Amino acid sequence: MADVTTNLERRKERIDRGIKVRTEGIYALLSYREIFYLLVPRGALVIGMLVVPALLPELWQRVFSLIGIYALLAMAFDFLLSFVGLVCLGGALWVGVGGYVSGALASGFGLPLAGNLPLATFVGAALCTLLFLPCLTLRDIYFAIASFVYPFIFLHVIEALQILGGTEGLIGLPTFTNKWVAIYLMAILLLLFFFALRRLGSEDVGLVIRAIRENDQAVKASGINIIFWKAVVTFVASLLGCFAGAYLCALYGWTGMSYFALDFSILPIACLVLGGSGNFSGSLIGAFILVPLSELLRAFGPVRMVVYAAILAFFVVARPEGIMPYLTRKYHQFERWVEV
Amino acid sequence: MSPEAKEPIVKVRNVTKSFGVVMAVKNVTFDLSKGEILGIIGPNGSGKTTLINCITGFLKPEKGKIFFDGKEITGMPPHRIADMGIGRTFQIMRPYYNLPAYKNLIVPLSSPRAKRFAGGGKLGERDTVAIDILEDVGFERDAYVPYKLAGALPLGYLKRLELGRCIAMRSDVIICDEVMSGLSSAEIASLVPLIVKLNMTGNTFVMIEHRLRELFKLANTVIVLNFGEKIFEGKPEAALEDNGVKEAYFGKGREVRL
Repeated sequence: MADVTTNLERRKERIDRGIKVRTEGIYALLSYREIFYLLVPRGALVIGMLVVPALLPELWQRVFSLIGIYALLAMAFDFLLSFVGLVCLGGALWVGVGGYVSGALASGFGLPLAGNLPLATFVGAALCTLLFLPCLTLRDIYFAIASFVYPFIFLHVIEALQILGGTEGLIGLPTFTNKWVAIYLMAILLLLFFFALRRLGSEDVGLVIRAIRENDQAVKASGINIIFWKAVVTFVASLLGCFAGAYLCALYGWTGMSYFALDFSILPIACLVLGGSGNFSGSLIGAFILVPLSELLRAFGPVRMVVYAAILAFFVVARPEGIMPYLTRKYHQFERWVEV
Repeated sequence: MSPEAKEPIVKVRNVTKSFGVVMAVKNVTFDLSKGEILGIIGPNGSGKTTLINCITGFLKPEKGKIFFDGKEITGMPPHRIADMGIGRTFQIMRPYYNLPAYKNLIVPLSSPRAKRFAGGGKLGERDTVAIDILEDVGFERDAYVPYKLAGALPLGYLKRLELGRCIAMRSDVIICDEVMSGLSSAEIASLVPLIVKLNMTGNTFVMIEHRLRELFKLANTVIVLNFGEKIFEGKPEAALEDNGVKEAYFGKGREVRL
């Protein structure tokens, strides 16, 4: 008999947890256990975000700010991609415009940081939206190409005309006077943007916007102006990106042509590939892995790129969905071996 | 209640549209009266879908004018035309596959036009309205069907979902692009009363159809297109007798038996 049981085929069975089955959309909580079940991941994120930076050494607190910048850019990219289906390869445009607007406001009008950051964020976002407006009728790869070119246009215009500080950049700008202000401004805004965007996705408005990605013709036939909504989404994404740029400028007290560098366009996308797109948690986790990694590998020089590329290639092949959707699935399901 | 006595709600005048050297729609003129069911038929490639794409703004006609309710709508963007009250279904169904069926209707229910009629929906009110509409078009409320992903629904339900979108927007004119093709006779039998009911409550219909038997029971007037040109307009029964129509469908010298 023992022989028979060992020869029986076994199969792994995945079953959704009860709460997941019951609550697709609306949460019906039956016990403290279920409340904790939902609160633990979210609570871990909030508490981690608020506590961890305080415990980090000085250098890594700087890295934390950088992580925040890349996470914001990745969230902006994800927002455009998974809501209206626009692939924006011009993330550097946001950083550059945000940084330069902030720099111009500080050096031109002597605006203090408290007014400078929000103003640069909004003015920059409005500017970026205006720039992207003619391209919003484009789809897929065509928008990607058009958006890819924007940072280069700015880069070369600044270089050729020697405006806005030219190749030197704008220097001697005001920086954060207190490092805790810098860190917690980023941590709190990151959490705010994160939860706000996720909430937007589950509202009716979010549904309409996401429908544009799935099927823009049907949305048009429903009497909804898709260019208007694409512009709204672009504006919100630009808010995130331009804040990242203005924040970077306030962190270093300097704005230069490197703000339009390709890194700011590509690295956030790498974060998203690693973390997984769709619900913004992937952007966060991707940035929290890739940015520190790139700091650690800084000592190795060119080898950094090799390691980087290897990690990306591994994830594209082995876990194309990204880390976060994989973890979410594991969290919502349990597995067991059953005999067939 | 003869439709002729009423004022036309849609007027199409000399509409022409070509793709390169192919004249898809040639100089088509017709009137659509309020409360009428107008059938547009014709062999494959005769320009039926192109014609309604021109009316609903998805294509811009090269020549000619289109009026809705006395206002010119030629060349307006599709969302403005839909907003004014011309709803359409797509021949190739276009649901949002990753959303449950009833969530598909949240999109038209959130449109400016639907909001003007019903006010803003809060706290799941739109969900309730959406499920009501789905019940109207024949989704069983107590079954699991309205909550299924649209991608998992059979063809018949997807066609109804398309109609549901026009109902959600409270379109005055509903243009159906082959709602019956590909359906079983049982599915058609349940779809026809729905169209009759909507028509009785004041909706005007334009129906492009290859299922002539069912169409002729519904339609007040029929327009026949062939190679983009209107070759016939009149009562459905008369269309069967018309020699030009016979020729278009069956070639010369054949008998038409429906």
